[in-house]
Amino acid sequence: MGLFDKHLAYRDAYKAIQDAGADPFKVRFDAVTSPTEGVVEGRPTILLGTNNYLGLTFDQEAIDASVKAVQERGTGTTGSRIANGSFEAHVELEQELAKFYGRKHAMVFTTGYQANLGVLSTLVGRGDHLILDADSHASIYDGSRLGHAEVIRFRHNDPEDLAKRLRRLGDAPGERLIVVEGVYSMIGDVAPLKEIAAVKRELGGYLLVDEAHSMGVLGATGRGLAEAAGVEDDVDFIVGTFSKSLGAIGGFCVSNLDDFDVMRVVCRPYMFTASLPPAVVASTITALRRMVEQPELRDRLNRNAKRLYDGLTAMGFHTGPTASPVVATTIPDQERAIAMWNGLLQAGVYLNLALPPATPDSRPLLRASVSAAHTDEQIDAVLGAFAEIGAALGVIEPLKRARA
Amino acid sequence: MDTVTDLSLREIGVAASKVLGRPVEVRSESHIGRDLAVDSLALMNIIMELEDTFDISIPLDRLASVETAGDLSKLINDLRTRA
Repeated sequence: MGLFDKHLAYRDAYKAIQDAGADPFKVRFDAVTSPTEGVVEGRPTILLGTNNYLGLTFDQEAIDASVKAVQERGTGTTGSRIANGSFEAHVELEQELAKFYGRKHAMVFTTGYQANLGVLSTLVGRGDHLILDADSHASIYDGSRLGHAEVIRFRHNDPEDLAKRLRRLGDAPGERLIVVEGVYSMIGDVAPLKEIAAVKRELGGYLLVDEAHSMGVLGATGRGLAEAAGVEDDVDFIVGTFSKSLGAIGGFCVSNLDDFDVMRVVCRPYMFTASLPPAVVASTITALRRMVEQPELRDRLNRNAKRLYDGLTAMGFHTGPTASPVVATTIPDQERAIAMWNGLLQAGVYLNLALPPATPDSRPLLRASVSAAHTDEQIDAVLGAFAEIGAALGVIEPLKRARA
Repeated sequence: MDTVTDLSLREIGVAASKVLGRPVEVRSESHIGRDLAVDSLALMNIIMELEDTFDISIPLDRLASVETAGDLSKLINDLRTRA
């Protein structure tokens, strides 16, 4: 028996994917030249799987701020804020986030994953109840295991089921924390937040929304689903990330609750890891400002998303329930999903291949994430590649292809 | 007459069949992963079905010690008597 023996089934599954002629976990970009273009094995490639929703990774002002920061403050902080202290920009970023969300408190984490790990494990502990949407991100599940609360799942996007599970708890002692996401990352579906907030108001508890994929995407000013659904007052905590719309890396939590700042001395995933480097903090502060300054980016993003979603749906591909910047196409079987993914990559389109068990309903997905920076020509080129390869593999009927 | 354990074992079989879309025969000593070929994700969905069947909550953190259908049956019976 070896240490890795328990993982051999995964090794074998991975090998089967490699044997099918593709290795989605080892795509190497020789160059990334814009938010939407890269080079893979010498081929110019449209980037359609990067979560770069607003295309801000190449924003000139963000780049300039980042360069200035690295020159003036160095490459890293070499320690945690609790041990080494904060740089002035960490504090500034937290102030800007609090201001943007109109909340009293903000706390920045080194990654979005750690934000969920830290916040969930700190807010609820032994004797408390953590109530999760069943399709929650891995960071939410991992956070739920770190904190020793009782963890209960409710059916995905089902407020009635949430209510049923809260009622079942009855008058059991302990706090209740409900956790949902704004946009679910695999198929881009949106939480029924108005209804979920109503359940919370009726049955009690706190509500946390992870807006990782909805910040900058939803809401009149880009504050996410809570803003779009008009229930910001019911949402006690918003968790988010800098690695999607803001084009960098890092995570955060904002809240109006008193004593929020005590987390800085009890939240281990915040305390025991190095803080974000100056270059990342500087580009994030700038990207946040650029996002606010350019609401048209959100309009363009949603228009691009609709163009891709409508195009794929018209061709007969099985897509998610609504047009959103995450456009997922369900492929009937793993063999064709791998072949299709590989064919698209050869044709100069990079997107994400998602295989069970990381997908809802145990069906393979081709997951595209659209950017405001995509041009109509790029989206049409993607649709052309989908039509050709989808028809060749029998995923869609060739007839529909002519119409596309 | 069925014992309480028989009942919960039978319901585990019903829930597993529903989630997996195939007939599943469950005995007390059936190992959930090895014998029933239930992965961690399917198990969580089976748990959800059982929560509705028995009108209880089965916290995920209690599943760490569950390996066999008998373990799960015992957990369900514990939670039912607690309620």
